[in-house]
Amino acid sequence: MNFLNQIIQGVLLGGFYALLACGLSFMFGVMRIINLAHGSLAILAAFLLMGFCNYTNLSPFIGLLLVLPVMALLGWALQFTVLDRSLRAGPLIPVLSTFGVAVILDNSMFEVYGANSQSLGPNIGNLAYNSWNLTNTISIAQLDALVFVTAVVVLGGLQIILRYTALGRTIRATASDPAVVDLIGVNARMVYAAAAAMAMVMIGLAGAFLAMRNSFDPYAGGPQLIFAFETIVIGGLGSLWGTLVGGIVLGVAQNIGATISPHGFLIAGHLTFLVVLVARTFGGRIAWRALLPKRAAS
Amino acid sequence: MNILSVENLECRHGLLVAVRGISFTMAEGEILALVGANGAGKTTLLRSIAGAHNPASGRVTFDGQDVTKLRAYKRVARGIALVPEGRRLFADMTVEENLRVAGAHGRKGTWDLPAVLDAFPQLKPKLKARSGDLSGGQQQATAIGRALMTNPRLLLLDEVSLGLSPLAVDQVYESLNGLMNSGTTIIIVEQDLRRAIAVSSRIICMLEGAIALEGASAALDREVITAAYFGLHRQTDTAP
Amino acid sequence: MATTSYRVERWTRQSRLFAVIIALVLMVLAIGPFIFSADITDRLTTLFVYVILAAMWNAMAGYAGLVSIGNQVFIGLGGYFLIRLSDAGVSLYPAVVLAALIVGLIALPVGELMLRLRGGEFAIGMWVLAELSHFLVNLDPVIQGETGTSLTALNAYPPVAARNDTYWVGFVLMVVLLAVVFALLRGRVGAGVQAIRDDEVAAASVGVKVHAGKRIMFVLAAIGCAAAGGVWLATTISFQPGTFFGIQWTAYMLFMALVGGLGTFEGPIIGAILFFIMESWFGATGVAYLIGLGVTALAFSLFLPRGIWGSVETRLGIRLLPVGFSLRLVNPDGGRDRD
Repeated sequence: MNFLNQIIQGVLLGGFYALLACGLSFMFGVMRIINLAHGSLAILAAFLLMGFCNYTNLSPFIGLLLVLPVMALLGWALQFTVLDRSLRAGPLIPVLSTFGVAVILDNSMFEVYGANSQSLGPNIGNLAYNSWNLTNTISIAQLDALVFVTAVVVLGGLQIILRYTALGRTIRATASDPAVVDLIGVNARMVYAAAAAMAMVMIGLAGAFLAMRNSFDPYAGGPQLIFAFETIVIGGLGSLWGTLVGGIVLGVAQNIGATISPHGFLIAGHLTFLVVLVARTFGGRIAWRALLPKRAAS
Repeated sequence: MNILSVENLECRHGLLVAVRGISFTMAEGEILALVGANGAGKTTLLRSIAGAHNPASGRVTFDGQDVTKLRAYKRVARGIALVPEGRRLFADMTVEENLRVAGAHGRKGTWDLPAVLDAFPQLKPKLKARSGDLSGGQQQATAIGRALMTNPRLLLLDEVSLGLSPLAVDQVYESLNGLMNSGTTIIIVEQDLRRAIAVSSRIICMLEGAIALEGASAALDREVITAAYFGLHRQTDTAP
Repeated sequence: MATTSYRVERWTRQSRLFAVIIALVLMVLAIGPFIFSADITDRLTTLFVYVILAAMWNAMAGYAGLVSIGNQVFIGLGGYFLIRLSDAGVSLYPAVVLAALIVGLIALPVGELMLRLRGGEFAIGMWVLAELSHFLVNLDPVIQGETGTSLTALNAYPPVAARNDTYWVGFVLMVVLLAVVFALLRGRVGAGVQAIRDDEVAAASVGVKVHAGKRIMFVLAAIGCAAAGGVWLATTISFQPGTFFGIQWTAYMLFMALVGGLGTFEGPIIGAILFFIMESWFGATGVAYLIGLGVTALAFSLFLPRGIWGSVETRLGIRLLPVGFSLRLVNPDGGRDRD
């Protein structure tokens, strides 16, 4: 029963990872950039939300109405100050420049907010600890359920936008061939800016939930970047629903790992990532050999 | 008034000079065929007119305004559209999506989805198909249709028949026929000299980045063009 | 038609002069502990570590197009194996080299896997590897988790001998590793990997063994960074996994290689010296110093991606160490060619 509970909790945790990863995955899908500042930006959103709550004493959910647009603006600005220039300078430069942004953000947040761990758990009242008890040993925290539902809604909403709206079509066309959209009247830089803004809204949401369900500090961005990255690699780079699957696999692996050893949580996650990588690299050949029908000797 | 004028255009790829000092003008409604061997600079010239390549020097004037420094997407708004070599469709998107995404960003005008489908009826049953799965002829039709959705006043067609079966080429040209009678100004790059002469009102033959021969299509025969095509005319000028 | 004659040069007059200067500097450094104070000796050892790290990071990013944010995995493992080997009775300085070679051996299969990743994926993939190694090393009872352990073998040496020997080991390793990079760049591998960095597909199409070139640079960087980790451990004595596997190393390496000049031989050395100076001046300011490093790295990546030395080289046409060839046109009449 305890094992089943670990799996259920792992699935719920996977919802959080999917939400955390979809901004990273979306940005990679559209601009072919792995944004190394991804985790740090989520932490920035968490601090902005904390600042709002401390100042106004209002609920973080109201704060999101302000913080998410601010994040979108930051994404817009990031495109025109850093990403646009990096993208035109070749494939290595975005890696270098977004790492630079991460170093600046992490240390600036440390300078401003200090080393203390913070949490928005106290700001959301009962939601922080209320749960539905399914059996004696299995319960589902309401906050975890909310995060999972949010992840599904965000991924589904993104899918609908990309498939059925003019903006979505433009984004997909730009992702497919940025040089050619120029020839049909699309300013690819503006599309990238819109995509960066959208990604930042998703990052902002992820940062907010991170702040509600865990504690965070100025240097917490790095691990979040790693979790998000592992999620999208496990789920298949650039695939939307794969992100959810990847998150769930990672979450379950970590929770099972945690039952084995105190360090098992992180080790199991990293190992799962590597196993998937090995399977992708060498599995293709093995699978083919197994699938091909053996020819009878004649 | 000339709709397009190109003055002393020079284009480079790094150290390589692809277009050397080309000048010509086009009147509205004219159809110009651009011929020449591979590497003569035809594609680079078209791309520079469309704004996809930055010329090293010279000037491109469209509808009386200097557009030399204008980015491609802004030229689309003025009415220049390029059907790129290799078609370059958004392979994972459907035919309809390819057309609609262009329609949403180009000029407004008479070309819309029904009009394009009337011009290219072969696309009607393929609207929901992934464009990457189409045959070469259908892809070319989609690529031209996509450019038309931006309602161009000047349409640049690069290597229309490249990689297509003779039948598919016929079909594409049949569809282009109506378009050519509609008054749209067109520059077409075509390897098939016979076809180039047939569809155009004027021909420019390029050789090593420069204009080797220019004239009304009706006044030029294939031998003269072929001589210019291979640079034979020059040899007779400078023979020792 | 006039024939143009040319000759292919490797050594220009500049580079010959520079080679003499380099030889002199190296000779002075070789006898460093006899002429420098203890403090300077210690600090120079640190500089050697930085030069190695910068050169190794550049060998991957600048020459093979492999930007990693996880090279600390090699530094950490180099330190870890040094602890293990010296605990097992291997004498200290051979153990530094042996540990580095073990890490190189591990890097062979690991590289096979990581090199499948592209661009940013490779970058973070390496970091995942560093984190995983960090936790696995923590599981070793000898290390005692994050508390870490000390390189007790150093106690056997009198302090002066330890300082001087560490200096010499660091110096020799730096010179050898730089010489290996230099030799690789001059040979087939060098031309090949530079072609990879410029255009991987094109390089493959003209017969460059893309994968082999990347693998060589990966393993070299693993050995070099592990050696630097070993020397670093011999200067700091205590092995704390959090420090050795820390991401701050990447910030330092990226800064040194990028500011000095990615893809140049001299750049990372200049970058390391600059970083060393900045650290001695501003290191005490802590966070502000790190923000400064980030801002500088970002500014260079956006506005001067060729770095200091790369820009000097292209603008002034200076070549101090002949990694490539220069083509000299020899025109007897001094006039321009006509066709």
